[in-house]
Amino acid sequence: MSLTNEEFRPKIVAFCCNWCSYAGADLAGSSRLAYPADVKIIRVPCSCRVNPMFILRAFEKGADGVILCGCHPGDCHYSTGNYYARRRMTLLFSMLDYIGVENGRTRVEWVSAAEGVKFSQTMNEFVEKIHSLGKNVRLGDLRCRN
Amino acid sequence: MQRIGVFVCHCGSNIAATVDVKKVVEMVQMEPGVVHAEDYQYMCSEAGQAKIAAAIQEKKLTGIVVCSCSPRMHETTFRTAAQRAGLNPYMVEIANIREHCSWIHKDMEEATKKAVILARAAIAKVNLNTPLKPGESRVTKRALIIGGGIAGIQTALDIADAGYEVDIVEKTPSIGGRMSQLDKTFPTLDCSACILTPKMVEAAAHEKINIYTYSEVEKVSGFVGDFTVDIRKKARSVDSSKCTGCGVCQEKCPSKKAPSEFNRGLNTRSAIYTPFAQAIPNVPVIDRENCIKFKTGKCGICAKVCQAGAIDYEQQDEIITEKYGAIVVATGFDTIKLDNYDEYAYNQSKDVITSLELERIMNAAGPTKGHLERLSDGKHPHEIVFIQCVGSRCSDDRGKSYCSKICCMYTAKHAMLIRDKYPDVNVTVFYIDVRTPGKNFDEFYRRAVEEYGVNYIKGQVGKVIPQPDGKLLVQGSDLLDNKQILKEADMVVLATAIEPEASVRKIATMLTASIDTNNFLTEAHPKLRPVESPTAGVFLSGVCQGPKDIPETVSQAGAAAVKAIGLLAKDKLMTNPCTAKADELLCNGCSTCANVCPYGAISYEDVQVNDHGIREVRRIAVVNNALCQGCGACTVACPSGAMDLQGFSNRQIIAEVDAICR
Amino acid sequence: MQELISRAKELLENGTVARVLGWKAGDLPYNPEPAFFTQAEELKDFVYNGFCGANLSKYMIEASKLEGKTLVCLKPCDTYSFNQLIKEHRVDREKAYIVGVGCKGKLDIEKAKKLGIKGIESVSGAEMTDDTDTLTFQTIYGEKTCAYADVMLERCHVCKGKDHMVYDELIGQSKDTKDAERFAEVERIEAMSPEEKFAFFQKELSKCIRCNACRNVCPACSCRKCVFDSNKFDSAQKANTDSFEEKMFHIIRAFHVAGRCTDCGECSRVCPQGIPLHLFNRKFIKDINELYGEYQAGADTESKAPLTNFTFDDAEPSIVTKR
Repeated sequence: MSLTNEEFRPKIVAFCCNWCSYAGADLAGSSRLAYPADVKIIRVPCSCRVNPMFILRAFEKGADGVILCGCHPGDCHYSTGNYYARRRMTLLFSMLDYIGVENGRTRVEWVSAAEGVKFSQTMNEFVEKIHSLGKNVRLGDLRCRN
Repeated sequence: MQRIGVFVCHCGSNIAATVDVKKVVEMVQMEPGVVHAEDYQYMCSEAGQAKIAAAIQEKKLTGIVVCSCSPRMHETTFRTAAQRAGLNPYMVEIANIREHCSWIHKDMEEATKKAVILARAAIAKVNLNTPLKPGESRVTKRALIIGGGIAGIQTALDIADAGYEVDIVEKTPSIGGRMSQLDKTFPTLDCSACILTPKMVEAAAHEKINIYTYSEVEKVSGFVGDFTVDIRKKARSVDSSKCTGCGVCQEKCPSKKAPSEFNRGLNTRSAIYTPFAQAIPNVPVIDRENCIKFKTGKCGICAKVCQAGAIDYEQQDEIITEKYGAIVVATGFDTIKLDNYDEYAYNQSKDVITSLELERIMNAAGPTKGHLERLSDGKHPHEIVFIQCVGSRCSDDRGKSYCSKICCMYTAKHAMLIRDKYPDVNVTVFYIDVRTPGKNFDEFYRRAVEEYGVNYIKGQVGKVIPQPDGKLLVQGSDLLDNKQILKEADMVVLATAIEPEASVRKIATMLTASIDTNNFLTEAHPKLRPVESPTAGVFLSGVCQGPKDIPETVSQAGAAAVKAIGLLAKDKLMTNPCTAKADELLCNGCSTCANVCPYGAISYEDVQVNDHGIREVRRIAVVNNALCQGCGACTVACPSGAMDLQGFSNRQIIAEVDAICR
Repeated sequence: MQELISRAKELLENGTVARVLGWKAGDLPYNPEPAFFTQAEELKDFVYNGFCGANLSKYMIEASKLEGKTLVCLKPCDTYSFNQLIKEHRVDREKAYIVGVGCKGKLDIEKAKKLGIKGIESVSGAEMTDDTDTLTFQTIYGEKTCAYADVMLERCHVCKGKDHMVYDELIGQSKDTKDAERFAEVERIEAMSPEEKFAFFQKELSKCIRCNACRNVCPACSCRKCVFDSNKFDSAQKANTDSFEEKMFHIIRAFHVAGRCTDCGECSRVCPQGIPLHLFNRKFIKDINELYGEYQAGADTESKAPLTNFTFDDAEPSIVTKR
């Protein structure tokens, strides 16, 4: 495989809730707080909109890391959405760990609209973590790759 | 297949300096469905919007992607532009290549690559978009103001003057709020009560304003234009319709040991009380925890002395349910607790006080009848030290990270008033910075220094040590002279940080309004929509949004009123069409979705379905579009995928995932 | 069994029920299959023995749509599934006449085969009335015996108890056959290194042929149309196009039944490839118990399922890395 010769550029999907985390990402942007371009954000209304199917799908299609950002518990725009997301993601992550997927390829972080700094820091940290884990082999589709 | 147009904005150099917009245009043309792509200097400008409109019409576009700034900034702009050109506004998607790309990346090649991927994701999504039509909902022409301080009163007056009904809910027995506790106001030194009381009276007398004091908001449901609110009117134990406000009950009440909230606990009040003389309404409240009648069953003196027969020990809390179109939060502030600041000896010495306590001491109706005296021994002080930024601008978690904004000015005011009235008293102020941006503010501060001889020392105080002789030893530093200072003082006044009133958290949760880490309510936009909450129909007035002084509070209160009036003036509102919808052929009727819906928007109906020839009656989830706010909790709870969110459908999100991971 | 048959006959004849849902003999002595009986005389084919492992509660989804009541025979553990289906409005309690049948542990013929017992012509000791702990097989190689417990289904070793959660009447004695720890195997996997875990599941899941037997038998997996068959997620695929698909299928399947799965073990029982599918569900059950408090799906019809519930101070997802 030629992959080994190239610099590893992870594919990272970040699901951000519209009200807090997406705004936090906007604030990181307007404050010019850099984080690697490997992170691509998908806007969802609420962290509770994120189906485990989306996360597995991302891995299936070659993502190396998936992060979900939502409002801090207690601050959900829809009052309770992130509480459901928290349970769902805890169970999903636990299952991924159970089947031997490296810890750290998935993450949940609560980022408020005012936390541009936290958003940028979180993304920097996460990208670094994925770098240390390397290419997602275990969850990826091994045969079909562009 | 959609016919998609892609519009790449330069945003001047904001985007174009880091993203090769021409390259993006070139790359997106290869995406499925894309029949048109162009770039322009400012897509949001009139000319830019005209380009979009022209392309929609000429190329018969069925969907567009605008690669520009955040959708939080201009999604509405572009949707409106598309709509004017005859395209359904929900066929517009934004690829955020500014905040999420050009502004955070430096390398052009990398940023361009990312911009293309973000555009692809948006194109993939728009390929699956369907035209959506907003519903309509009615507007109840009545506003609720939570909090009866100067912010709430001003907002209420402005809304009421525009001709709409307003209810004020105030949790204490009287309106007036913090401003009623202040003695004088900066920078004019006019008496706080003198300018506030007329406003209180005006509000109380206004035919469109209804005031619920000693009341709290208990439950909020509904949505913009159509909120339903339960207000708990706590039992006053006094019949407001009979009470004449003569005050005899308070005089005769034998239980006089309760700390006076109004005087910050510096003295006591009777169990039946009005918080202050100008209280509105001038109807007392029985504090049941301190009332002998309620504690032991014996006493009943107030009932005996009341000529009007207004005392009612049997009175119960009452729940009032009312509908509102708009809600304004004006819950105000309190000073922080000083438990983390032992070094200032606030809990050890009665002569270490907060600035708000000093306001009460300076006030003629206060615990010392306006005489400046030490609370420990009643003696006249000769040396007073003010310590600034107690709990404000704090880098650790003992205090608050923000500047409380009002302290520099009120300390200058206090110092000036003391020096004016008692020229024998020396006043020293320890400060980090003196911040005086505001009309006539710096002039005011300079007067304190130059005309009144207040001694300002740049430096912080490390410790206040109570001495055996009752004096207070203040250990500080003078940063300008670079020396340690030891000063004996008779009184120390702490410019204590302010924080949002504790009840705001509960209220924010009920309103689903977002709140920041300091419990200040978040604005819809920090610059462009500063008096609106991101939750539609909820507006912010006063310090609940951030520290501010009286003039600023009053301006913001007026601004919040205007926004609320703008809403109430409408007869109907368009509702967000991005709501959940169940596919009746896939729905199991299992109720899982309804169990997670925070709005109670999902009900079940027995519906006759035709499932590929099988005709049967099935229990199917039905979403009430007026109630659904589109969070999507139900869509993930649904195991069969029957429940989907319009505008953020499973397939749309998966298409974005696929495009990004491609 | 006779008592059960005569009671069924009686209820069928007096019109209390319109049909009986039970089991009838299969083509081999150890593979009885679920069956509906609408006429009293058909009940001569009715069987109920140690091989009747099938959980009949799911059949009640369709039976609830039929005219009249259905007599359904439910073992103690099956009643949890039935309760769960009531809770989810999938079955109509009024349309069911539940006979809670006794159970002394159900048998897994594969386990007998693994003990070297092959060419089986008949079995004794598996009838409900047999008062023995030994199974005797007449095989083409002669008579073979083994302990009843050695051939029990995995789920019976972690039996939930002999009580029926819902019933109209009870027939027959039940026995609590629990002799193993429910989460022992899950804990064994949890203790593995990530590489070992991955190797374990890779090996098991690579056997999956996507026959959907697990899905079809599962009382919780009762969607009218599975997400993996619909176009809602772009996830419908006829053949596995990649090695990830079966992982995705089984994780999502387990996730969809998390908090709803009663741990009836049918998925593992029916898997033709012998994949221990219950280990997915049981992992979720263990996590739910540990993180959100003990919860047994189907123990009642009112409680809030763990995934439709929350507390303000639930564990953060990062707990997974900390444990």
